[in-house]
Amino acid sequence: MAIVSIDKEKCIGCGACVDVCPFGALIMADDVAAVNDKCTACGACLDICPVMAISLPESTGGPARDLTAYQGVWVWVEQFRGKARSISWEMMGQGRRLADRRKAALTACVLGHGVEHIAGEAIAYGADRVFHVDHPGLGVYRTSPYAAALVGLVRRYKPEIFLLGASLRGRDLAGSVATELYTGLTADCTGLEIDPESGFLRQTRPAFGGNILATILCPNHRPQMSTVRHRVFEMPHPDSHRQGQIVAVETKLDEERIATSVLNFVQEFTEVNLTEARVIVSGGRGLGNPKGFEMLRELADVLGGTVAASRAAVDAGWIPYEHQVGQTGRTVRPDLYIACGISGAVQHLAGMNTAQVIVAINKDPAAPIFSVADYGITGDLYQIIPALTEQFRKRLRS
Amino acid sequence: MNIVVCIKQVPDTAEVKINPETGTLMREGVPSIVNPFDTFAIEEALCLKEKFGGKVTVLTMGPQQAVEALKEALAMGADQAILLSDRAFAGSDTWATAYTLALAIRKLGAFDIILCGKQAIDGDTGQVGPGIAVQLAVTALTYVSKINRVEIEPAPGFIEVERVLDEGRETLQTRLPVLLTVVKDINIPRLSTISDIRRAVQMRIPTWTAADLPGADPKKLGLDGSPTRVVTICSPPGRGATVEMIPADRVDEAASALVEKILARNVL
Ligand SMILES: Cc1cc2nc3c(=O)[nH]c(=O)nc-3n(C[C@H](O)[C@H](O)[C@H](O)COP(=O)(O)OP(=O)(O)OC[C@H]3O[C@@H](n4cnc5c(N)ncnc54)[C@H](O)[C@@H]3O)c2cc1C
Ligand SMILES: Nc1ncnc2c1ncn2[C@@H]1O[C@H](COP(=O)(O)O)[C@@H](O)[C@H]1O
Repeated sequence: MAIVSIDKEKCIGCGACVDVCPFGALIMADDVAAVNDKCTACGACLDICPVMAISLPESTGGPARDLTAYQGVWVWVEQFRGKARSISWEMMGQGRRLADRRKAALTACVLGHGVEHIAGEAIAYGADRVFHVDHPGLGVYRTSPYAAALVGLVRRYKPEIFLLGASLRGRDLAGSVATELYTGLTADCTGLEIDPESGFLRQTRPAFGGNILATILCPNHRPQMSTVRHRVFEMPHPDSHRQGQIVAVETKLDEERIATSVLNFVQEFTEVNLTEARVIVSGGRGLGNPKGFEMLRELADVLGGTVAASRAAVDAGWIPYEHQVGQTGRTVRPDLYIACGISGAVQHLAGMNTAQVIVAINKDPAAPIFSVADYGITGDLYQIIPALTEQFRKRLRS
Repeated sequence: MNIVVCIKQVPDTAEVKINPETGTLMREGVPSIVNPFDTFAIEEALCLKEKFGGKVTVLTMGPQQAVEALKEALAMGADQAILLSDRAFAGSDTWATAYTLALAIRKLGAFDIILCGKQAIDGDTGQVGPGIAVQLAVTALTYVSKINRVEIEPAPGFIEVERVLDEGRETLQTRLPVLLTVVKDINIPRLSTISDIRRAVQMRIPTWTAADLPGADPKKLGLDGSPTRVVTICSPPGRGATVEMIPADRVDEAASALVEKILARNVL
């Protein structure tokens, strides 16, 4: 499955590409690099080569389309029981920024039943236009009617960029819609920029358990679709004076033809208030036992904050999964994050390094958590945290 | 009951480390494993087969070495395994992967249930499952944590499942055939015995190439068929903060110094 090609004339046999290949697809043979069938064309080796001997084969890039027919930025506004999810507004903030860069309009897609108020909110959060699709069949999220409605809108109005939240529903819906439209979809983006030359959307996302960041383009298909992680981007401030246009879109939905029905819903999580928390006190394996979280909770209470955890603490069964911060847990963006007994693995950092102020308490002065922290204390957390709680209690009371 | 499981061989990302000096991936000795979420899919397929009879077919698209993943699935008890491997598939993104897997599933004939993992740990996209379902025009139910009921009679039959969403658990019912993506709560995968592994090693695993897939449009395969392009790979940037270490010779003093510094930042 060799896919990158190596110019044997240019190759100087330095081996730099062999070291960076995540798949072990590059080897040295006869003093020059060679590629084997593990190659996935990820491109990790292209930049490292000092003599530019490695290239991806030019692709015909699928069906040629008139890309200029596609204009504007769209955001799907996810709602649950008539309440818009905050992730959708975070994306409106990004959508607004991208639309301004492209000198284009921002459109929100609001689907549901009896959710007119959300269409109004979407304008306050930055939309120029809202497609409001109201139908009893859209009252509760189901993939096929939601996907059908969005695919219909995209085919008709041709957006250039389409953003959805990387919530569970958002990923489910985006996967369906992009496949149907035969366009590219980049999951879980943490960065979105417009390429100044081509005008394409540069989508950045973590891969390999957060060990690397990949930047992905969708050059020949439209719309360019991304799902975006919760709390990675700032929440915009709504402006109730903004003006926009609400377009009611008719939909022909035949309940008889929808195979799926929702029988029941048991609400279990209230987002644990973690993603919204301004102050988070987080504990890791260094706590040594589940009781350690009681001590953290005391500090969190004094600060009006919430308790969170690393995956090691969750896997040990000390605290439920919904408290996990990181790559496979929640992304948080508090004003203050206090990491206690957490080493600072990349997967953990991926979920909290946009916090405004980070404090690390760890007995190992070489722990990587100190490399992202603003303030650090080296020492035993069982001595430091009670002292800290005590001091905060005194100072905040006065 | 005909059940198809799509599995992917992935590098064990838990073993991937970054070289702190060069900021590059250190892949030395990183083992390849069956995507952990796919082992739950295999287990669920085997449970369904035990209940309803039928056949479990495991599919993977990847390089030749991916047969190792298929052998693991056979050792767990799958009846048949097929490797999709061809230069023409190389460079596939999730769109082209779903397209190729769907062609192979169509070639296998009628199916009742397709199982996938909720996502692959190397890419973490979770897009391939819904993609296959759209290509085959069947319903996809994602993030399934429990199969409550399956009825195959009267045709077309139906399935009732529980699935996890951000706010809680939803119970859904839909017609067969269906594609499910599963989460780890759904079961505990069985372990294979030495004799299972011996038996699996003996089994023949056919390799299908693009030429073996009826109706395959070469323009929709591999890199050519993939709408997305990875243009750069880099290591995550630092936060740009320099840590101020607070001496902790006396715990009380350290604590009060830290409290003053945090208060001065106006974040409380
Ligand atoms: C695909 C993938 C996804 C992952 N996703 C996540 C994720 O979402 N979130 C996540 O957190 N991790 C995730 N991980 C796991 C991650 O790689 C680390 O294993 C994990 O974050 C380690 O948790 P920890 O820092 O609590 O434990 P450790 O790494 O064991 O660190 C414990 C720390 O506590 C310190 N310590 C011990 N005792 C004391 C004491 N008395 N006082 C002070 N300090 C003390 C030690 O010096 C050490 O630094 C993921 C891994 C993979 C492969
Ligand atoms: N190359 C592949 N071969 C077989 N199945 C795959 C492949 N890639 C993805 N899948 C399936 O799709 C699921 C989701 O993968 P992904 O969309 O890559 O996160 C996996 O858990 C597998 O069940």
